[in-house]
Amino acid sequence: MRFEDEPVPGYPLPILPGHTSPGRFERVLRAGGFAVTTELAPPDSADPEDVYKRARVFDGYVDAINATDGSGANCHMSSLAVCALLTRVGYAPIMQISCRDRNRIAIQGDILGGAAMGVCNMLCLTGDGVQAGDHPQAKPVFDLDCVSLLEIGRTLRDDHHFQSGRKISFAPRVFFGAAENPSALPHDWRAQRLAKKVAAGAQFIQTQYCYDLPLLRAFLGQVEQLGLLGKVYILAGVGPLRSAKTADWMRKNVPGMHVPDAVVDRLRGAQDQAREGRNLCIELIQSIREMRGISGVHVMAYRQEESVAEIVERSGVLQGRSPWYPGRDASQPAQRTAS
Amino acid sequence: MYSVRLWSVRHARGLNAFYRRFEAALLWLHGVFETLGYERIEKPVAGIERAVKGLLFDCRMCGQCVLSSTGMSCPMNCPKTLRNGPCGGVRDNGNCEVRPDMRCVWVEAYRGSERIPGGIAAMSAVQLPVDQRQQGRSSWLRVVREKFSAKSGAA
Repeated sequence: MRFEDEPVPGYPLPILPGHTSPGRFERVLRAGGFAVTTELAPPDSADPEDVYKRARVFDGYVDAINATDGSGANCHMSSLAVCALLTRVGYAPIMQISCRDRNRIAIQGDILGGAAMGVCNMLCLTGDGVQAGDHPQAKPVFDLDCVSLLEIGRTLRDDHHFQSGRKISFAPRVFFGAAENPSALPHDWRAQRLAKKVAAGAQFIQTQYCYDLPLLRAFLGQVEQLGLLGKVYILAGVGPLRSAKTADWMRKNVPGMHVPDAVVDRLRGAQDQAREGRNLCIELIQSIREMRGISGVHVMAYRQEESVAEIVERSGVLQGRSPWYPGRDASQPAQRTAS
Repeated sequence: MYSVRLWSVRHARGLNAFYRRFEAALLWLHGVFETLGYERIEKPVAGIERAVKGLLFDCRMCGQCVLSSTGMSCPMNCPKTLRNGPCGGVRDNGNCEVRPDMRCVWVEAYRGSERIPGGIAAMSAVQLPVDQRQQGRSSWLRVVREKFSAKSGAA
């Protein structure tokens, strides 16, 4: 899918009727495309080239790139700064905002600042607890939670005022998202929690890793029952597992990570476990894509980011489409033949 | 106390019914409170509230009580003080991501809400962020004052 008026970095696209942001990511979703997003691990460095290097490995395979906000409560370059760097060259970042480190004064400032820097998508998260990261001695803030953060973001955009009621002169034009974890307890209430996020302002959802398809299916069924399917775009979280050992470690140590035994056993039985992990991820994407209520996938491949291109390519979900990246139209044919 | 807190969730229905009657009694006493002066009785009432709710719910005196919408499981005991539902980090055994030996406050809230008539619907309402200025103040008195100012505002 190409847009005729896209994009000169630094120049926003016009906002189409019914859209809330000038971004390409919202356009892909609203046009009914199957969107692919991924996650950029911000560097432990002050060198902008470290950000660009990490973004380039996704060129041509993703519609938007999440910039994590101290994910796992570890200290890295800020998501706002990563996004500002990415928008300079025209990428479509999704700025993650976590409630762990900043109060409502700082967060509202960041929403305005991010939008001013050309960030069109923001993902409102609660954030991992500080105990999970490299600074367990830090003070957890949690002045807001993800739902009240969405509410405040939407108020800034649609009602043009801060939570205090003070007016702003130019509203941030942002497509707001939230996260959900269909695999976490209480299973029966997860869809209703999603409804709450949609009521508060979530327009798209990126889920935690979904390795348990029956759980995802049940979740989507409940989402449909609540009448939410037309109201929010859901991108299912997937990712390659490097080995049975990593999978086992992750499910024990990463908050909210649920990996069924069958998945771990399959990896353990394989000769090349990393390859099997990628194959499994591709199969997951292909099954998830057929599910009603799914608008895309969010491919998280921490420390194996270079595998995202292969996974997306082999899954065939882009159907020959080549999402924009800096220099796409200069160096390559716009359409890639699906392999 | 943790075990009493879990007991309160198991008895959410009864506690909620009791609170409804208690709130009606407080509303009836509005005139008395006003004569005495709300600010004058703030401290002693907050003290009683802290003692009672501290015992039953491990209340943190946020001053904006939502126990009726959270199945009698106090959300301020969540290490992330979430007021709109559980985070994505709930462990497979239903315990907290941050404190592995504690039940997730929201898994408990869901169980408690199932026991209260209309509890699940109440849990689905979006809660605005807490007003930190209310910390340590009486939620009971605030409820009475707000109900009366709403009434007089409507009249």
